[in-house]
Formats: sequence, structure tokens, C-alpha cells
Amino acid sequence: MTVHSTSPQFKQNAARALNDDQLQKALGNVKQGFIDKRQMAADKLPEFEALRDSARDIKNHTLEHLDLYLEAYEEKVKASGGHVHFARDAAEARDIILSICRETGAKTVTKGKSMISEEIGINHHLEANGITPVETDLGEYIIQLRGELPSHIIAPAVHLNATQVEEDFRRVHTHLDAKRDLSEPVQLLTEARAVLRERFLAADVGITGANFLVAETGTSIIVTNEGNGDLTQILPKTHIVLASIEKLVPTLEDVSQLLRVLARSATGQELSVYTTFSTGPRRSTDADGPENYHVVILDNGRSSMLGTAFEEMLRCIRCGACMNHCPVYHAVGGHAYGWVYPGPMGAVLTPSLIGVDKAGHLPNASTFCGRCESVCPVRIPLPKLMRHWREREFERHLTPATVRSGLQLWGFFAKRPALYRFATRAAMGALALAGRQRGRFAWLPMAKGWTKYRDFPAPQGETFQQRWTRERKGARA
Amino acid sequence: MSAMPFPARPEKPRVGLFVTCLVDLMRPSVGFAAVKLLEDAGCTVEAPVQTCCGQPAYNSGDRGTTRDLAMRMIEAFQGYDYVVAPSGSCAGMIKAHYPELFEEDPNWRAKADALATKTYELTSFLVDVLGVTKVDASFNGAVTYHDSCSGLRELKVKTQPRRLLASVEGLTLVEMKDSDVCCGFGGTFAVKYSDISGAIVEAKAKNIEEAQAPTVLAGDLGCLMNMAGKLSRDGRPVQVRHVAEVLAGMTDEPPIGAAKADAIK
Ligand code: SF4
Repeated sequence: MTVHSTSPQFKQNAARALNDDQLQKALGNVKQGFIDKRQMAADKLPEFEALRDSARDIKNHTLEHLDLYLEAYEEKVKASGGHVHFARDAAEARDIILSICRETGAKTVTKGKSMISEEIGINHHLEANGITPVETDLGEYIIQLRGELPSHIIAPAVHLNATQVEEDFRRVHTHLDAKRDLSEPVQLLTEARAVLRERFLAADVGITGANFLVAETGTSIIVTNEGNGDLTQILPKTHIVLASIEKLVPTLEDVSQLLRVLARSATGQELSVYTTFSTGPRRSTDADGPENYHVVILDNGRSSMLGTAFEEMLRCIRCGACMNHCPVYHAVGGHAYGWVYPGPMGAVLTPSLIGVDKAGHLPNASTFCGRCESVCPVRIPLPKLMRHWREREFERHLTPATVRSGLQLWGFFAKRPALYRFATRAAMGALALAGRQRGRFAWLPMAKGWTKYRDFPAPQGETFQQRWTRERKGARA
Repeated sequence: MSAMPFPARPEKPRVGLFVTCLVDLMRPSVGFAAVKLLEDAGCTVEAPVQTCCGQPAYNSGDRGTTRDLAMRMIEAFQGYDYVVAPSGSCAGMIKAHYPELFEEDPNWRAKADALATKTYELTSFLVDVLGVTKVDASFNGAVTYHDSCSGLRELKVKTQPRRLLASVEGLTLVEMKDSDVCCGFGGTFAVKYSDISGAIVEAKAKNIEEAQAPTVLAGDLGCLMNMAGKLSRDGRPVQVRHVAEVLAGMTDEPPIGAAKADAIK
């Protein structure tokens, strides 16, 4: 276990989110902005669909030979003067990072945006050991002030509005004039920049994530829009790259293909503002850069997904398009999912990482509308993988008893056509009679979940098969 | 899915109507509308004894029951040139998912493939296979159309119902906002996660009403019941029908979730 999970309480989380007016308003922004921008970017690029195919193929190929590419990557990093550490789980990754920080004598650590750092709960661990971590991505900085998890993988503070951020800044930045004007978002941005600049200069270690690790060259790549990642990795003495095993990509040529679908799928940009390549520590001819360069590569359960149906999930390039297009995410936001990864990708990945016994709701809480799969740049069949989780739950008897017995009863009739026709004829006749007056029911026993929010339309009475037999039997001969 | 050579279209195709559970039980008139459309287009239609395609079990993770039911379906519909369902979701179950149920059983896999190849959603069968361009029906007023998810994304049903609706005399189609966004039904999801489902269908009901058409149509009865139930619960005065009813000119029955009296006014 890493970060505490409230995934088992998904239903309660969701109910709370649905009643949170402020959150609902903030989620409205996710709905339109991201979707329209992605669509426009995709429409402008005739080869976009073909690029999605090659993105899928590149990732599949890499996963098939992951051991080879990991080795090749490690060799290259070493050759460029860096160090590679493999961490089996979150605890190992935390220990490795802590000991690097200690070797450097670090007091403050700046951090670029990294979902893996959320997954292993590194901030908490560093704090507990007397080291101050400072998030430098604006969204991450805000949620760090609030002690929250990100609610979106590319827009961590998307659940908040400017007034909430203003309150947090006033609460934390007590060294600034209490009467300053923070009514405009740009003023918040300027203040964050000023505060963070001091932190950048003071930091001993910079931790970044990686969007890609290139086996061919030993390069790690980050894409950002704020430039904070660059300062995080260039200014401190030591740069730690924290990434999971599936970030590997064979060549720079492959990366250039993946970059073309990544930003377009995420924010509708052709490329994000900064795409930064870093290879090893500073060389004598370099103007700047860290003295020490470490890469921590996390497994944390991922290698056991290889060779299973869930291997496809490891293609994910964390663009966030699936959650941007998900009606369930739109309704409840990211925190309801109860752990680090929300939305459809979280519904598949989270059970792999923390166990389906804890995260069982996530793959169930989907209508299977398929919109996520239709936009995923690496064509991950997310609904199919969620269904696989449902199958595992069913096999392991984790499916709720009410659902199981309901299914059993229905299955019993469905396998016996004569009995089915007999029973349904009687039931529908009775239901139609009862609903004749209004044509619908505001309440039905056994269907409370349905009738809590909507009426249940009454059936017409006779079943199709009944009427067909009556009207057409003779004509059919 | 394995590629099958496309069979030449028979003179008078024999179509097995896969009524689907919901139409069978809740709204048989949709089934009869489908029969009329198919017969008008020159098909012979039969409805073999049938129950369910197994989708509820499939989406609940019960592969065993799903396979049992799929085998029954495969056998029930063996003799037909085509199998047609007035539902994108149920046709999609057969077309997109049956083959993979039998990955380890080449014999049944071949049968599942054969069924998948000849199975169609109603409007896509009429337009894409039979080449129907117009229907003989009239309808007075404006309608808006909701794209049900499985039909839209698994079977690419989008233009077909609209093309046929355009040929209905007196009908105008007004597009709603987000017609391709899920209505929140999702089978058992609507009951298991009713709070979330309720929120999703609320947004859908709002978009439907804002389109300002007196009638909303769709091709899947599950979605239709969900939307009708929400529209009536929230007091939004929109009538709800399956697209086949309008295309067949069979709109005498009260709309979904309405009593006879409601329909007359
Ligand atoms: S699953 Fe696909 S759409 Fe979702 S974040 Fe990953 S790459 Fe993007």
C-alpha cells in the first residue's frame, strides 16, 4: 500500500461529489474545454488516426521487449554518467529517493509534476524525514497546500475555483501583505511564481517525472506548459527522474510520433509549450545542469500485468483524454475514485496496483459508453479491460450478493425459453395493468435505484412473442 | 474479428428478427414496427423463439452464463440470411463480442463469427445492406435524435437513422447538444450506481428539452426508458419513441412512459 485509498467508499465519495455545488461548477469546465480543443486538433491533422495506430504499435512493441529496452536504457544512462535504480515497489522507491537526498545533504526538494510521485507518496515520506518537498507545477502546488491528491492526471487542481486558491494563498503566504489584491487569476499566478522562484534557488534536489524514457539514448523527456519542470531539473545539484517501467520507448523517432498524439489528445495543443530532453548530468561543455543524475524506475505491480489482458493498459501515455470524455468523471470528478488515478484509466489501472478487492467499484462504475476508448491515443480498449475486472470479481465472488442472485434468477429463466415466455407474459400483463392509468410508475418494489431519480415506463402488456404467435403463427407455415 | 467474405444478397432475404428482451417485454410495438420496415423493404421476416443475448451477464462479469445464452442465440438464428435487431446495443453484443467469447473453441468460434457477420442494427441494415433511401411514413412535427452509445461506437450507427428520418413526410430533425453523449443508462449501472446515473440522465434530459422538439427518438429501448423516465419525473414535456415507430409510421401507441390519455392531448 502506498497512498491511503478511499476507493472502497466510491459510492459515498460519489454521492458527496454530486452534492458539492462548487465542484459541480468546476467540472463543467472539464466537459467543454478539453473536448472541443482535442477535436479541433484532431480535425486539423489528416494523419491523426494513423498516428494513433502507430502510437499503439510502438507501445506494444516496446512492452513485448521491455526487458531488452530497460537494459539498453540503463546502459545508456550509465554511459552518460547517470545512475539507474530499479524499485520493485513504492517503499523501495521511497527509500532510494530518500537516500539520494541524504547523500546530497538535501533540506529542500523541488518537484515537477509526477503522478508516480503521488503513487508512492514521496512528499509525505520526505517530510517525515525532515526534508521539505515543494511542488512547482501550479496545480500541484495548490493541492499540496491543501493536502489533497490530484483530481485529474494533467490538471491536478481542476476541481477548484480561483476563490478557493486565493483563500489557500492567504492562509499560507503569511509573509505577504494581507491587503494585497488577488481577485484576478493572473495575480494568483504571479504570486505563485514569486514564491516558487525562491524555492527553486534554494533547492538541493529536483525530482521530475518522465513522459518518456528513450532506450536509444538514455534520455528522459518531460512535457510541460509552465517551464517549472526545467527549473526543477536544471537548478539543483541533483536531478532525480522518477518514472514507471512502461515509460520506455525505443528511439527518438518513436518519441516524436508519440509526442504528436500526446498534446493533441490532452489539451488540443500541437505540442506542449516545453518539451525537455535530459540525458545524464552536466558535462564540462554544458552551460548548466545538475551534477548528479539519477533515474528511479518503479515497477509496483506493473510487470505482473505483462502477458495478461491488462498489458494493454501499460500503453497509457497519461494524456487524460479518457477522463475528459467520461460521463462518470464529469459527474463525480477525480477524487471520488479514491486514489491516485481517476477516470477510465484509473478504473483499469487502480485495481492492478492496489487490488481489485479495494478498487472493485471503479471498473463497475461505468456505463460502457465507449467514449474513452474512442479518444484514447494509444487505443486502449478501456471498457473491455473494465469488463475483465468484473469477470475477475465474479470469479472471486466479489460481486455483491444481490447482483449475483439477481443474475442467477434472470439467467435461470433466460436459459429456459418456454418458462421465460410464460413468466414474462404473466409479469408484463400484471405490470401493464397496474401502470395503465399513468403509463409509468413513480415507485416500484425492487427498483428503488431506478425510481429514486426517474419514473419507470409501464409495459404495453402483451409481449412481442405472445402477439407474434397469436397474429403470425398461421401466416408463417 | 476474422474477415468473412461478404455473401451475395439474396433476392428476398430471410431475416430473423432478434426482438431483444426489452422490446419483447416492454414495448412489442417496436418489434412490429421493425417487421413492417423489413417487409416493406422486401424481406421475409421470422421471429424464432428467443430469450436474451446475455449482455447483462456479460457486463456483470459472468462469462459462463453469457456463453450459454450466446450458444442458444447462435442456434436459434442459424438458418437466416440476416439477423436484425431494433437495438444497437444488442446487435453490438453479437457483432462485437460474441466471437471473443469463444476464443478457445474453434467450432463455436466459427459459428459465432458467422452470426456476427450477418447481424445488424435495424437502421443500419435498412440503409447499409438493403440500400433503402426512403420510408413510407409521415409524422407531424420536429424530433430530436439521441445516439445510443453501442450503436454509435461499436456499429457506427449515426447517419443511417437520420437519413431515413429525413424521408419521413412532415418531420424535421433538430439536433440536440451532445447527442452522442451517454444518457447514463448502462444496464445494471442505472440501478447499481443510481446517483451517478441520475446525474447523467439529468443533463441529457436538459439537452433534450433545450432542443425544443416535442419528440425525442433513439434506437435503443434501454436508453429510451431511462430518458422517458427522467423527462416525466422532471416534468419536461417531451414525448419519447423508438425511431422504428416513426419510420414505420406506427405512432398510434402512446409514447414511452405515457398513458393513452397523454398521447391524445
Ligand atoms: S488510457 Fe488512453 S486516453 Fe486515458 S490517459 Fe491513458 S493514453 Fe490517455
